[in-house]
Formats: sequence, structure tokens, C-alpha cells
Amino acid sequence: MQYQSQAVAKPYFIAAIALFVGQIIFGLIMGLQYVVGDFLFPEIPFNVARMVHTNLLIVWLLFGFMGATYYLIPEESETELFSPKLAIITFWVFLAAGVATIIGYLAVPYATLAKFTGNDLLATMGREFLEQPLPTKVGIVIVVLSFIFNVIMTMLKGRKTAISLVLVLGLIGLAVFFLFSFYNPHNLVKDKYYWWWVVHLWVEGVWELILGAILAFVLIKVTGVDREVVEKWLYVIITMTLITGIIGTGHHYYWIGAPAYWQVWGSVFSALEPIPFFMLTIFAFNMVNKRRREHPNKAATLWALGTGVMAFLGAGVWGFLHTLAPVNYYTHGTQLTAAHGHMAFYGAYAMVVLTIISYAMPILRGRAANSNKAQVVEMWSFWLMTVAMVFITLFLTAAGVLQTWLQRISTTPMSFMATQDSVAIFYWMREGAGVVFLIGLIVYITSFFIKGETKAT
Amino acid sequence: MAILYILQVIYINREIAMATRFTKSMARNIFFGGSLFFFLLFLALTFDTNQKLPKRDNSQNLTASVIHGKKLWETNNCIGCHTLLGEGAYFAPELGNVYVRRGPDFIKAWIKAQPTGAPGRRQMPQFNFTEQELEDLVQFLKYTSEINTNNWPPNIEG
Repeated sequence: MQYQSQAVAKPYFIAAIALFVGQIIFGLIMGLQYVVGDFLFPEIPFNVARMVHTNLLIVWLLFGFMGATYYLIPEESETELFSPKLAIITFWVFLAAGVATIIGYLAVPYATLAKFTGNDLLATMGREFLEQPLPTKVGIVIVVLSFIFNVIMTMLKGRKTAISLVLVLGLIGLAVFFLFSFYNPHNLVKDKYYWWWVVHLWVEGVWELILGAILAFVLIKVTGVDREVVEKWLYVIITMTLITGIIGTGHHYYWIGAPAYWQVWGSVFSALEPIPFFMLTIFAFNMVNKRRREHPNKAATLWALGTGVMAFLGAGVWGFLHTLAPVNYYTHGTQLTAAHGHMAFYGAYAMVVLTIISYAMPILRGRAANSNKAQVVEMWSFWLMTVAMVFITLFLTAAGVLQTWLQRISTTPMSFMATQDSVAIFYWMREGAGVVFLIGLIVYITSFFIKGETKAT
Repeated sequence: MAILYILQVIYINREIAMATRFTKSMARNIFFGGSLFFFLLFLALTFDTNQKLPKRDNSQNLTASVIHGKKLWETNNCIGCHTLLGEGAYFAPELGNVYVRRGPDFIKAWIKAQPTGAPGRRQMPQFNFTEQELEDLVQFLKYTSEINTNNWPPNIEG
């Protein structure tokens, strides 16, 4: 690696992968509970498994984003990190907080956890994805602020590139919008309205800046295409992201008590949300086609191209499927949402973190790229996980379409549970695809331990 | 106006493909200008939404009991299995309209009877609520069912 302090990225990446494994295991538990309802009950009720599954996802992606930032900011700024020591301290604080929170979820009933962690002082818990106890939420704020401080101080003393500027803007947005997780009004409509300022403005807003910056960085490195071209693309993509995504928040405001005009604003703007993802795909393929060097790390290039395609399919196409208000009226809160959520999170965010890990990890371990043998195994894991996710999405989509029909459109609507029983076959198939995903993940981890001939960096 | 702006950005994007004189600093300026414009528009719509909410959000019925019910809803992580106005987990029935679908007595009896223990069936934990707490939860669900949701869900099954 070019700068010694880039090494702090390594523990972040390792933690990210470890937590990823946990996420998938709990995903499989939930998937089985969908069809064998009393599996692990009362030890791990579904709501606990789901909390662990989604919270682990958020935490491992944050570890991934932070690791990516610590890796690329010194190289972009052409200077050592402002404080590697601070980066390591915040790593351990974040890991301890994350693990303690997960143990808390699993060890005691949620109401007990709320009681002993100060939820009576400031009630923030028990809202989807923001289930973390107050100390954890405060911890996240402190860790993210110290992280952003470290990054900005590094940038100030070095070169300022568009990639690092966009990345930092994304990270600042992440921190600012997280503050809305502390706002929990008694009025349910307002609670839901501002809850989306964390959730939507993260994943369909500022996180896309982080995604774009990381992808642009890796593409410059593996293709050798001129920085001017890459950064111009980056700006145009994130422009489209924010001008469609900010008002696109409206697609969550159709049925929660907000005025009906959101059906128009939300439909029009969120219908345009696939555009930046489509451009991301075109961008990735264009850069690779115009490459000026043959980088030895083929696996990283594959992940980068995969991110573009899967983000477009998952976030763009599957999002568009049910984003128009007249469609969403029937599909809102069905398995179709789950289908979209799975492929979008994997395609956009999980894959971009795996892209930067694929590119940076060999360099952090003292070689330009892994051996051919290791790369082949890694590429196998790419296909296993990605194809498994495509099938998870297809099965959930089938379940969602049927559910919508039986429960919402049919002239003799069935009850929720009767509908669930009718679509059980698709849950079984989803669980099967989930097992393949886990196999892919095991293959992925194996690839880190495969030796073979490598060139030094 | 907004649509014109988007069309313009799409057009400019085509220009990039043609490698014309569209520079990086122009791209950056459009990014900052466009994001700022749409964020301000979002704030304006939010302001207007807040003005209109009192007529729709049933906030006049936010009694102490409803507020306590909402807290019980949150501290027992009900959203981890159920949806409420379509948001949450998709493992258990929609509860935004459960007050209308089932009525207060059924809801209380149901919560008290859990878990059913039926082999292979989805299980809901026993939360050991007091009668007052059950009443607060029911009041919260009643309040929720009276929010103007633009006629969602499509039918009583949720």
C-alpha cells in the first residue's frame, strides 16, 4: 500500500465480514420460521431474529464504509491519515457497542432492554431498523463524528479530489440524517414521516454518494481511466441520485396519513430513481471497456461490474415495480417489499463493500492481487451469492404477487395467515436459495486462505 | 420546472457521452445547485404537510392512554413481526386496521392467549400485560385506525 496508515482499514474489513456471516445465519433462521413457525420459539422469537438480521446488516455496512474510507482517503489525499490511533480506538468502541447490542437483543426481552438502557429518558426504541438502545445510538453518533473528524482533518492537509469530497458529503449526510432517529413524537404520522428521513434519505440518498465514490475509486485503480472522466461521471450520477431521491421520499408517504398530493410527487420522482442506477451500470462497463491497464485483480473488477448491474436490478427495477401509487396501494407492506429490500441492499451496498474489500485486502496483505487460484474461488463465491440473491428475490416476488392477489385484489379476500399458508412453497424455495447464499459466503471466506503465486505490490 | 431541470440533466449526460465541452466543474455546480434546489423543495413540501396534518392525523385523540399504548407498542418491538400502516415486518398481520377488523375485546383476549403453542405454527410471545396496559394498546390501535390513510388498506384483511 502507498501509505502506512491505510492499514487501519484491515480490522474494519475483517469485522464487516464476520458480522456479515452473523447476518446470514439469522436470515436463515427467520426464513425457516416463515414456514416452521415455532422454530427456536421461545428462545429466538421472529422479531428478535429480524432485529439481529437487519441491525447486523447496518453495522457491517457501516464497518465496510469506514474501512473503505480509511483505505481510500490517504491515497486520494496523498498523505497519511490524520490519526490512525483514533481510527483504531473508534474501531474497538464501535465493535464493542455493536456486539453488546446484539447480545442485549438475544439475552433479555426487548422491554427489559428498553427499561435498563434509558428508553424512559428518551424513547427512541422499537421502530423498524432503529431498535438500538439509547446508549448504542449515542455511541454511533460519537463514533461517526470522530470518524468524520479524522477524515476531514486528513483531507485538509492533502489533495482534495472529487471522490473524497463526494465520499465525505455522503458521510456527513449519514451522520446528520441519523439524528432524526432521536426524534420520536407521540403523533404516529409525524413519527413515521421523520423516520423516513433516516431510512430513505440514507439508502436512497446519501449512501448512494458513498457507493458512487467507492466505486469510482476502485474503477480508477483497476482500469487506469483518466480521473477527469471518472469524476465527471460521478458528479452526474449523484446529481441524478439526489434530484430524484430526495423528493422520491414521497413514495413512502402515500398511506401513512400524509396529504394525498404525495402520491403524485412520490410517483413521479421515484419513477426516475432507476436512472442514476442505470447510469452507474453504464459507467462501470464503460470504464472497464476503456481500460488502459490490465489490473491483475480480476475479482475486484467483477465485483465492481456486479455492483452496477445488481444495484440497478435491485434498487432500480425492483423499486420501480411497486413505486407508483396505484400499484403500491395493493402491494404496500407485502413480500414484494421484502424482495426489493433484499436485492437492493445486496446489489448496491453489500456488493460495493465486497468490491472495495476485494480490491484493497490483497494490497493490505502485501500483494497487488491474490493468486489466480484464490481469485477463481472468490469469483465462484461472487456467482453463488449473486445468483442465490436473484433467486431469493424471484421467490419473494412470486410470494408477494400471490399475496397481493389473494389478500388484496380478489373479490373474496383471504386473511393474512391463510394467504401465508397458500404461498408457503415460495418460502421453502427462498430458504433453499438462502442456503446456497450461505455456501457462497463460506466459499468467499475460504478464498482468503488460499495461497498461490502472487506479485508484491 | 422540476421536470425541465431533469430533462436538462439527462441532456447534459448525453453530452458527456459525446465528450463535448462539458467539464467537471460544470458537473459539480449542477450537483450542488440541483441537490440544494430539490432539498429546499422537499423542506417546503414538508412544511406544507405539517400545516395539513392536523386535519388528517387524528392527533386530537392523542390521549395519555394512546401515548402509553404507543410506548408499549415500541418497547415490545411489535413492529418486529407486524406491519402498522404497511410498515414493519411481514411475518404477522397488519395492525393499522385491526381495531376495525377484530374489535377491542378480541384484541385483548388474543394477546392474553399467546403463545398458542400449535405445532409448526407461527408463535407470538406472551407479554404479561396488565388490564390497563391492554386497554392502552387497544386505545393506541383505535387511534391508529382513525388516521386518514387515503383509504389504505384496500380491504379489511389489511
